[in-house]
Amino acid sequence: MSKEYKEEDFLLLSGIQHFSFCKRQWALIHIEQQWQENLRTVEGGILHEKTHDNTIKEKRGDLIISRGMGIFSRILGTTGTCDVVELYRDPGGVNIFGREGTFKPVPVEYKRGKPKENEADVLQLCAQAMCLEEMLLCKIPEAFLFYGETKRRLKVILDEDLRGRVKTMFQEMHEYYDRRYTPKVKPNKGCKSCSLMEICMPRLCKNPSVQHYIRKNLLEVTE
Amino acid sequence: MRKLLNTIYVTSPNTYLSLDGENIVILKEDQEVSRIPLHNLEGIVAFGYTGASPALMGACAKRNIALSFMKPSGKFLARVVGEVRGNVTLRKAQYRLADNKEQSIQIAKNFILGKIYNARWVIERATRDYAIRLDVDQLKKVSKVLANSLQFVDQCEDLEQLRGFEGEAASQYFSVLDELILQQKESFYFNCRNKRPPLDNVNAMLSFVYTLLAHDVAAALETVGLDPYVGFLHRDRPGRISLALDLMEEMRAVYADRFVISLINKREVKAEGFTQKENGAVIMDDDTRKIILKAWQSRKQEIITHPFLQEKLEWGLVPYAQAMLLARFIRGDLDGYPPFMWK
Repeated sequence: MSKEYKEEDFLLLSGIQHFSFCKRQWALIHIEQQWQENLRTVEGGILHEKTHDNTIKEKRGDLIISRGMGIFSRILGTTGTCDVVELYRDPGGVNIFGREGTFKPVPVEYKRGKPKENEADVLQLCAQAMCLEEMLLCKIPEAFLFYGETKRRLKVILDEDLRGRVKTMFQEMHEYYDRRYTPKVKPNKGCKSCSLMEICMPRLCKNPSVQHYIRKNLLEVTE
Repeated sequence: MRKLLNTIYVTSPNTYLSLDGENIVILKEDQEVSRIPLHNLEGIVAFGYTGASPALMGACAKRNIALSFMKPSGKFLARVVGEVRGNVTLRKAQYRLADNKEQSIQIAKNFILGKIYNARWVIERATRDYAIRLDVDQLKKVSKVLANSLQFVDQCEDLEQLRGFEGEAASQYFSVLDELILQQKESFYFNCRNKRPPLDNVNAMLSFVYTLLAHDVAAALETVGLDPYVGFLHRDRPGRISLALDLMEEMRAVYADRFVISLINKREVKAEGFTQKENGAVIMDDDTRKIILKAWQSRKQEIITHPFLQEKLEWGLVPYAQAMLLARFIRGDLDGYPPFMWK
């Protein structure tokens, strides 16, 4: 039996993207509540405004499209929103509230830009699927990422290995959050594209000594 | 470093500030006189009594735009403070530090080291630039005293004593400030600092510029999530932005005082712009205030190299950089608070 988290300790699901990109960035946003918009974040926000409109109801034959579905997992200790969950009529599926028959849920996450080299989007998508599995008591073997720039869907197989990484990552996030700990991270090339660059001041992580700076300046005065 | 955005100063006393979509609209007797998009603003300072709409206040708070109200004389009245920024953990760490005498003094000391270091630099700099016109011996003497007091402050382990050293250093520095005024001596002179009310033209200008700086520093502290009301050197007093005053110490001489002196020396302000009331209080006229604000804005755009960060940034971002470094120290990213030690 896995440990279950209380609702008040849930972390934001979207944070897993930040955490996998940079643990410090995640801590600055989620623990220290610092946020700085840049072009990328604003564009992302506009894209999501549309996909998250949960008043739109769409049905195409045997497919129901649900937008902006609120999700959570007590096992991961997280809560968030799915951009789109597609519900395919399927005899092997699960009952959905207010609908006749059984359905197979498939989350689709919308991203601006194009597929990334890192795993951030895949981890987020997998975490969404794990939430849905827990909420709907079903198995979701695959899901999709949709990229605004390529206008293509990318199928993601949710294997045990990936699920394991999601789980470990959330455990680590909870551990940092409990300590309210903002880790130091070595500056890397990702820093250039980070919207929190100016708040983070990655150069400071190289640990310049303030004592040395003050001593040096005072010494110059007395000489 | 963050981008320096604009601050607008609304000097006309009978204007009303309102919001229309993403713009601040300035009204004069119900007529629109100006319309400025909010997105490249970081501050609004209004010198007038008419006020601002709640919608504009809310929009400013949401976008992190500092909105302050001043009396036409420049005296501070109120600031609009939105939802508290940043995180409660940082603020609690700040309060714990402020409650701890031994730790408070370590930070307070660094503010004062910065203050005296920069005051000394202002004097040293003047002796180099105007060696022929100045009483260099006297200035060098004061510079030596300040160098000594840096040593005392560095050794000091008691807050009261620290305030004593600070007071002495300040009076040493102010004792030669008048020397640095090289033009319009007949109407611009400085004997001592007075503020309630300012009794000469120079004090009137200093008070006004300190208010502008305090606005910027308090806003910078709020942006990084620190509580501007809880200080380490200045004790808490209801309604006083003690931490902003702490942080301002190191910027006063090198940023504000030097700015005031250069306005006088460059003859950008004139004696006619000042009037003296029956009680001796000196009041600036609107035009003078406008001249100062305009010059203050362009001073803020000047690029410098930050002595600790070794990064190029605008003068106007110095309060922000220092606030951020203070937050970084309180969070434990740095081994101390690095004061702005100007070279």
